[in-house]
Amino acid sequence: MAAQTTVANLKTNKAEEVKVSPSLLQLAVRRLRRDKLSMAAIIILVTMSLLAYGAPIITKLLGVDPYSIKSASFLPPFSPGHILGTDDLGRDHLARLLYAGQVSLAIGFLAAILSLVIGVTIGLLTGFFGGVVDDIVIWLITTINSVPFFFIVLIIAAVLSPGAETLIIVLGFLGWTGTTRLVRGETLSLREREFVISARAIGATPLRIMFNHILPNLISIILINLAIDIGVIILVEASLSYLGVGVKPPTATWGNMLTGTQSFFKRGPHLVFWPGLLIFLTVLCLYVLGDGLRDAFDPTTVDEG
Amino acid sequence: MVKYTLRRLIQAIPTLFGVSILTYMIMLAAPGGPVQALVAGPRATPQQRQEMAARLGFNDPPYVQYLRWLLGDDWLRWDADGDGIADHSFLIPLDVDGDGEPEPPGENLGVLRGDFGRSFYHGKRQVLDVIKERIPATLELGVSSLVVSLLVGLPIGILAAVNRGGIFDNVTRVTAVVFNAIPVFWLGLMLLLLFGGTGLNLLPMGNQCGAVLLGGCPPIWERIPYLILPTFVIATGGIAGFSRFMRASLLDVSHQDYIRTARAKGLSERIVWFKHGTRNALIPIATFLGPSITGVLSGAAITETIFAWPGLGRMAVEAVTQQNYPVIMAVVLMAAVATILGYLLSDILYALIDPRIRLN
Repeated sequence: MAAQTTVANLKTNKAEEVKVSPSLLQLAVRRLRRDKLSMAAIIILVTMSLLAYGAPIITKLLGVDPYSIKSASFLPPFSPGHILGTDDLGRDHLARLLYAGQVSLAIGFLAAILSLVIGVTIGLLTGFFGGVVDDIVIWLITTINSVPFFFIVLIIAAVLSPGAETLIIVLGFLGWTGTTRLVRGETLSLREREFVISARAIGATPLRIMFNHILPNLISIILINLAIDIGVIILVEASLSYLGVGVKPPTATWGNMLTGTQSFFKRGPHLVFWPGLLIFLTVLCLYVLGDGLRDAFDPTTVDEG
Repeated sequence: MVKYTLRRLIQAIPTLFGVSILTYMIMLAAPGGPVQALVAGPRATPQQRQEMAARLGFNDPPYVQYLRWLLGDDWLRWDADGDGIADHSFLIPLDVDGDGEPEPPGENLGVLRGDFGRSFYHGKRQVLDVIKERIPATLELGVSSLVVSLLVGLPIGILAAVNRGGIFDNVTRVTAVVFNAIPVFWLGLMLLLLFGGTGLNLLPMGNQCGAVLLGGCPPIWERIPYLILPTFVIATGGIAGFSRFMRASLLDVSHQDYIRTARAKGLSERIVWFKHGTRNALIPIATFLGPSITGVLSGAAITETIFAWPGLGRMAVEAVTQQNYPVIMAVVLMAAVATILGYLLSDILYALIDPRIRLN
């Protein structure tokens, strides 16, 4: 009888435990939702993306066009028909900001995802197998890292004189070294752990171990890195486009909208403000989100309530 | 120590070769190549273009071009016309100055012997001479921004750690993220607009001193007003980085046994934090110096362009937009050397300060 009750107790306890013990990812999501700063960052980012990708509708409603040069140039903000004024060619500043957002955000997101995929794959492979390939990759990383990142990108961008698509590929193919280092290091330590040894013992293939057993443990690193990387790439793209070797006009990006603004400080000071502010705000939100994710995934973070 | 330094320097050799080969490959991949950029644009006739390419050696196989650039063209010389003077070499000599006659072999010594060739612009002068003129301006800016980031960043980090969780800690934490997220060129533009464009004219704008190229500049203390804005713009990243790093390092140290011992001895909090804590927390900062050199170099490229500063960074940007390959290659290699030396220096410094660390 006594034994039965304990068994019953155990069962109910166990059932409760299964119900209340969430996965690391669920825990992280729950913590993130409680983090006001991170939520604010997400809301701002989503709003900006919606505004950028809703640009065709918004500009239609306002009756403006990013390429039309019919209006007078250097109209100040709050001019009739042009809420943020017009630029040196008489194009509507707001419309151009919205369309530029599409390009800048797309380059940031896509290039970061590309570099992440490359970085994680190479990191997993070299960390897991080691050997000659590992040595070569490490040499390659040291070589790439021994030239300031911005210089390499600057040169390649100038040589290829890319459009937005090429720029995504260039930035994606150059930005992977940091992720690779992290993932490689983590994989090196994970592959000695018991669950990997047991997976190997029951005959799992290396590919299966890498992608089914090791990769899920890297989810926190990957997400934190993604947020930061998008921010870094948006900054790099903006600098390149500002210097005139990134995306070229008439396609607007937040970076190239600032090119040449120095020469019309007196006539159109408002043109300097908004593009930079939007870059800054986007990158700031991404960094804050990256920080929030780091805290959310940190198992030592104390959960209140 | 000497052994370690030598080993690290030897290890740097394959890396530098890698850098040179990778950059050379990028150059060769350029559609149209430098000839496109050099000959009067798209209106040049194919014949003109062909002549130019032959003259500058762009028709030779890539490995010949690379070797010539690396080793010079005086290798394996022979006397073709039998007049007793060697006039041909294994690595075909070029006619860089365009007088129709190829330079005699030996004119181009190659990068390994410190000859980076001639710039396509700058009056076709030696790349090294052109670069030498630009180094002082960049050094001025780089050193001053490094000093400013250390002088501002470290105290902020220390105070933030001491007041962990307090208002100062939170404010500086936010400031650090803001400084990291702000686009350097926009910050520069906004400062220019604020100090110059609005007519306030609080600080002198633009060129620090055009005569820096000729060595005829007033002493640095008279030019400090020109340095303030660009220095601040480059230093933002460093201030953010150093303050966060210092805070983390000091908090790390504060859990050590010797800190507990110091407290147990009855020393005041001030002495514990600032004497025992800070001294030891400063050690890891040495490792941060290497990366900060890279940061300063990247920042210099943009900042010098915006503030019309006659330094290496601005020259690099100009060279890139003009596709001035000899200059680009030289700047990239020098940036690589500076970065590698920076990392080596910070490792050695680390070991010198902390005797517990063995360099092996």
